[in-house]
Amino acid sequence: MTRPAAIGVDVGSTTWKAVVLDASGDVLDRIVEIGNPRIEEQTTKNLAVLKERTGAATDIPVGATGYGRKRVAASRVLTEITCHAKGAFRVMRSAGILIDIGGQDSKIIHVEPDGRVRDFAMNDKCAAGTGRFLEVILGRLHVSFDDAPALAARSMRSVAVSSTCTVFAESEVISLVAQGESVEGIVAGLHASLASRIASLAGKFANGTSIWMSGGVALNSVMVDAISKAMGANVRVLPEPQFVGALGAALSVLP
Amino acid sequence: MITRRIQYEIAGNVVGPFLTSLDKWRKKLRPKKKGPKKEHPFGPPLESVNRLKDIMTRYYFQGRYADGAVPVAWVTSGFPVEIFRPLGFWTVYPENHAAICSVQRVVPELSDVVEKEGYARDLCGYARADIGSVMTGKTPVGRLPKPDLLACCTNICQTVLYWYRALAEHFKIPLVLIDTPYVYGEAPEHHRQYVKDQLLELLEVAQKITGKTIEPEALAEVTRKANIGSKLWGRCLDASKNKPAPWTGFDEFFHMAPIVSLRGSDECNDYYRGLAEELEDRVKRGVGGLKKETHRLMWDNLPIWFNVRGMSDLLAQNGFNFVCTTYTNAWYEAGKVIDERDPMGSAAKAYTHIILNEDLPKRLSLMKRLAREYDVVGAVLHSDRSCKPYSIGQYDLKDRLQAEANIRVMVLEADHADPRAFSAEQADNRLTAFMESFA
Ligand code: SF4
Repeated sequence: MTRPAAIGVDVGSTTWKAVVLDASGDVLDRIVEIGNPRIEEQTTKNLAVLKERTGAATDIPVGATGYGRKRVAASRVLTEITCHAKGAFRVMRSAGILIDIGGQDSKIIHVEPDGRVRDFAMNDKCAAGTGRFLEVILGRLHVSFDDAPALAARSMRSVAVSSTCTVFAESEVISLVAQGESVEGIVAGLHASLASRIASLAGKFANGTSIWMSGGVALNSVMVDAISKAMGANVRVLPEPQFVGALGAALSVLP
Repeated sequence: MITRRIQYEIAGNVVGPFLTSLDKWRKKLRPKKKGPKKEHPFGPPLESVNRLKDIMTRYYFQGRYADGAVPVAWVTSGFPVEIFRPLGFWTVYPENHAAICSVQRVVPELSDVVEKEGYARDLCGYARADIGSVMTGKTPVGRLPKPDLLACCTNICQTVLYWYRALAEHFKIPLVLIDTPYVYGEAPEHHRQYVKDQLLELLEVAQKITGKTIEPEALAEVTRKANIGSKLWGRCLDASKNKPAPWTGFDEFFHMAPIVSLRGSDECNDYYRGLAEELEDRVKRGVGGLKKETHRLMWDNLPIWFNVRGMSDLLAQNGFNFVCTTYTNAWYEAGKVIDERDPMGSAAKAYTHIILNEDLPKRLSLMKRLAREYDVVGAVLHSDRSCKPYSIGQYDLKDRLQAEANIRVMVLEADHADPRAFSAEQADNRLTAFMESFA
């Protein structure tokens, strides 16, 4: 087995992720867990596990990213924007538009042909277009995050949810339920609503460049289809989308 | 009246200077902090800071005793204030006062009061702070003198119109409104005439209130001084065309107070003459606002007053300096147009062509020019929830600037006055990502 050369940690608002890379930047091992508010504790524990599993040296360089990055004792700390771009570029080796829907915020990153960030857009002070939007409203419908895609896929007809604001959408959904609309249809409608918000955020960047998606929401194929439809272009899910940020963080400290 | 006048003179000429000197002694006598000095990324502090503090402390201190002693006018920041000087008016800038409220973080408290009265939180934070301060009497500057006249010019926004109407109702005093039609390209002659006519009416009202007549020579003289002051301010800003810039954009925000509040006075001009000399001397000696300036940026819109400290630290630690801002530049652009040979006509032109009263192509070309002259690599456009006229069009400006000035641009959502419309963590994250993109 090749020797571990760098670790990248991505402390997101909902999940904690890390990857171990060898000197050529290939992933040797990874961990993803639900995020624990005791960030230091969770990080220490998981880094020990990864080091033991891969035989990494105790002083292996660690790159950290994500909203909790400053709580990680790392050799280098970078924002998610830079790390997602680095991670995506490593996989795609070309320019593109990266969509990352996180729990707390969503990012659209324009990656240049040399892998640098040209521009980025994020939702501002608002949960519209974020993973939280889905979480809150699915909770209201008693549908789990994991079951949502299957339910939406089963629906014969998507019910229009016109609000992209989480608070307004929640009350809109309550009245849709009261009107007797099917849960499947509403869930499909929620996907379309979130996709439209993302498309409007990404709209002006997407001028013929390829569009990629990273983050946990990229595992939801119905959402990927909805975004493709809203953007009028094929959205490509990056391999192991949840780890793209951690990969970028690890690459940033790779000797 | 006479005793009030004596109080006012003593406040300005004896107690004010005494207070400022007391402050200096207090600082000197304060025990020096022990232990290793904290490393910071800034160059040596500007000597002029002390003079600035003196001037502004005196201004607000003497202001406390102005009403009853001299006529008092409350004016908007884009108002041709020079006109008032020969008549002996004491002028108060509610916007400047609101900025102090913001730095002191009392805007939420003042805003709560006006929100209960039915004003919307979406209203500009300056207006909320000012009306709140008027309603409660609370202010970090001790006391604001009651106005005899309100003077409002719509060249900055329409908000001021409704805000000053509310003040007029509260104080039951006259409100003079100067309406400046929005400029597309160049203001046509009849627009300028329209504004000039209003300025002449203003003179009449101001003369009636004071019972004095304004001499044409006095008006020409004060116009000349305002023009010199603006040009001196411009000289200070120009110093940052050098590398490294001898000060930071954040310094500029604080040092603009006299050109806003004391335009047309000797005190203002003396101050900027000294500041310009100090800055030019720093340029000669290669002393920068930052110890190490690696990236030069442009700032658009008002500063985030309550967070200037946090942001300047974050940027400075990474070698980023705002070497020019469209905001501080505004007091240079307009003032240099006013001309003693035609005080009213030139004022009409100058105050109509204010950045917030001009169309987007004008703003774009201004920003492109600043970007070129100050040689910046990027720009941060502050999308200010409070100030809609300054924030509208910024996304288009961003695209055009990126493409045509070939610089990196980001939009930062915040507010210039109300910390409740600002998320420090998010702003930090975006600015950091922006800085990382230059790596
Ligand atoms: S809206 Fe803008 S221009 Fe008008 S008072 Fe507020 S900050 Fe000034």
